Amino acid sequence: MNRDRPSDSEGRHVDPSRRDGSGAPSSWDTQTGATHAVLPPPSERIPVLRWLRQNLFSSWLSAILTIVSAALIVALVVGLLRWAITSARWEVIPANLKLLLVGTYPRAELWRVWTTLYTIAFLVGVSSRLHGGLIRRIAWAGSIFAAAMAILPFPLATRGWLLGVPASVGLGLGCLACLARGARSRRWIRRGEIAAWILSFPTGLILLNGVGGFLPVIAGRNQWGFLLNLLGAVVGIGLSLPLGVLLALGRRSKLPAVRLVCTAYIELIRGVPLISLLFMASIMLQLLLPASIRPDLVIRAMMTITLFSAAYMAENVRGGLQAIPKGQYEAAYAVGLNGVLTTVLIILPQALRAVIPAIVGQFIALFKDTTLFGFIAILELLNISRSVLGNLEWRGTIFELYVFIGVVFWILCYSMSYVSRRIEKTLGVGER
Amino acid sequence: MSAGRDRLGTVPVWRDVRVLRIVSQIVFLAAIAAGIWWLLNNLSTNLEESGLNIAFRFLRETAGFPISEGISYEPTNVNGYAFLVGIFNTLRVAVVGIVLTTIIGTLVGVARLSSNWLVRKLATLYVETVRNIPLLVQLFFWYFAVMLTALPLVKNAIRLPGPIYLSRRGLYMPWPTLTESFGTWAWYILGGAVLGAAIYAVRRIQLKRADRPGFPLAWAALGFVVVVIAGWFLTPGSPLGVDIPVLKKFNFEGGMWLSASFSALLIGLATYTGAFIAEIVRAGILAVGKGQTEAARALGLRRSLVLRLVILPQALRVIIPPLTSQYLNLTKNSSLAILIGYYDLLNVGTTIFNQTGRAVEMILLIMGSYLSMSLVTSLVMNWYNRRIKLVER
Repeated sequence: MNRDRPSDSEGRHVDPSRRDGSGAPSSWDTQTGATHAVLPPPSERIPVLRWLRQNLFSSWLSAILTIVSAALIVALVVGLLRWAITSARWEVIPANLKLLLVGTYPRAELWRVWTTLYTIAFLVGVSSRLHGGLIRRIAWAGSIFAAAMAILPFPLATRGWLLGVPASVGLGLGCLACLARGARSRRWIRRGEIAAWILSFPTGLILLNGVGGFLPVIAGRNQWGFLLNLLGAVVGIGLSLPLGVLLALGRRSKLPAVRLVCTAYIELIRGVPLISLLFMASIMLQLLLPASIRPDLVIRAMMTITLFSAAYMAENVRGGLQAIPKGQYEAAYAVGLNGVLTTVLIILPQALRAVIPAIVGQFIALFKDTTLFGFIAILELLNISRSVLGNLEWRGTIFELYVFIGVVFWILCYSMSYVSRRIEKTLGVGER
Repeated sequence: MSAGRDRLGTVPVWRDVRVLRIVSQIVFLAAIAAGIWWLLNNLSTNLEESGLNIAFRFLRETAGFPISEGISYEPTNVNGYAFLVGIFNTLRVAVVGIVLTTIIGTLVGVARLSSNWLVRKLATLYVETVRNIPLLVQLFFWYFAVMLTALPLVKNAIRLPGPIYLSRRGLYMPWPTLTESFGTWAWYILGGAVLGAAIYAVRRIQLKRADRPGFPLAWAALGFVVVVIAGWFLTPGSPLGVDIPVLKKFNFEGGMWLSASFSALLIGLATYTGAFIAEIVRAGILAVGKGQTEAARALGLRRSLVLRLVILPQALRVIIPPLTSQYLNLTKNSSLAILIGYYDLLNVGTTIFNQTGRAVEMILLIMGSYLSMSLVTSLVMNWYNRRIKLVER
């Protein structure tokens, strides 16, 4: 999964002149020692016709390619539009939307899903207030998306719930405004924010699943539709990253026994497909565990995908570790840090930063792989769509359903890779 | 450490790094061993309770289930042979898929760098669409939506030039068959190969003496092709026949049959992996600085030679390692075949498990097969990678 793009140099060239906003930008002429104003670059605008000739008809081959691809695009777009507007039965999506998104999650308990969503929206609001930048963009995008969905003709209750999302974001934004603004309290707010994000992870899981005594445990959690894809991805990402970091450190350890075990684990897992591991989890776990321990399907699937993804994550992190020059270790030792502190404070922050694209790529792969849960009789989005197709009323809506599923995954995966590209830019990876 | 030891006298044992290292490793290994022992102990207890043992004798029992494609197989064959058919089917889709995906990936990767705006955008659209949708969704789309829903029934099969027939039963296409006179022609092929090898050797030595680049392989191939074509006409009768599929009462007969699930799997895997390979190719070409091209041109090399002697060796060095992992991904992803009914090794393996209830043995066989495939692929690609590296020096 090679997601690294060529670092674009335009940004770097433009920045310095913009940064000193006071007065006219000036540069130092080394020959004469005199300063002179930098002229603005010549206009980049070129006439339409010349643009067409340069970019579409520069040679005979290029012209032919242009015509062929234009024909292809027109045929594709026209065919798709004609189908989407005239013959597609899109009503299959709203009619089964609840089933697709949360499966058999009882309607009376849906408030738990919404509450989890609101908690996340609230935290996004808080974080966007604190950090701005990318998180603010995410907050805006999420709010606008939810608000736009609320315009669609859903039942009134659903539209009300949807409007709660931007409201929670706003609440998160607003609740910080009334807090004190001192530097000390700011630090505490930041710590609280991180703690809240970490706490939201188990809280959300408990809320969704229920816990004996307070909230009724919801039966049939292997039939939650798209919710399972999301949960699988969140749990998998949350657990496989730390596990992968440990494995990567183990593989580069000075202790041969640790190195050997970690290398063997990584290579064994990477050598077999995920689906064969799921098969193993579904039939062999009851043989390997005592009769008293019987994790259910969803737990098994999440364990499997975590252990699987951790091996790949470890290789990505190892790439980052290898990029750290030896001087960093030596400098850390020289100032008296021990091995653990060196790793945690000096090496890992740099190593992880260097491989953000690869790690996010692995996150995306993990999220996509949650569709394989269907193999062990878990009704996630893709598998539950087959039960819709089994319904006589919706026979023949296969294209509509798959297009919908594809679009849902595409939006989320593309957003993830977009966010990773932005982070890469803000952290200045590859520019230092 | 030892210097400090001399000066300060003795370091207590529990703070001696060398001791700590050994102790921590022993503890670590002991923990791992204890975990594995616990699992194996559970396994033997559980197997004992259900009255099973671990033995591979079931592989010699009759399989009793049909496999619709691959090398010739009857339900009366043994389980072990059925598993081999599964391995063959996996290799078949992997090898064809790798060839196909390399072609797609290279074309799209080059298209993404094209000077033509429309071609560039089209390639980007393809890459971004395919890469961000789960492979299984794409496979289901190709199999359930395209192959089994959109395509016509066998009797109304779409006829493409060839003739290639497309229907819900898959793809039928003409396939060459050997005739009696093939034996004669085979001698010409052998002769052509010998001649080609000779030309290659001679040309290489000549070029090396003259110390200039050339195309020895192209000349060798030309010699080979000329002899083979000449042999074709000199052989009495046609050495190769063509088996053309013909629509009979219920189905096509003759020709080469690619089942609907095989076709869907092949298309899905090739297009999906192709998007990733396109990005690898693009990154590889971009990794070769523009100055390299300009310098080579300045030295007076022709464009074809610039590409062959300057750009490709350097780009390949960047491309090969990630390309290897994509090939491995494709092979491993072919296990998704089980969800669209293609009889690959995982599908056959789980079927045998369902018939015999031999969980541990089948898991071992399946994992072992995939591991050895991965190992062989990486060995071959590593060897190739080393060769490429030598070219660069």
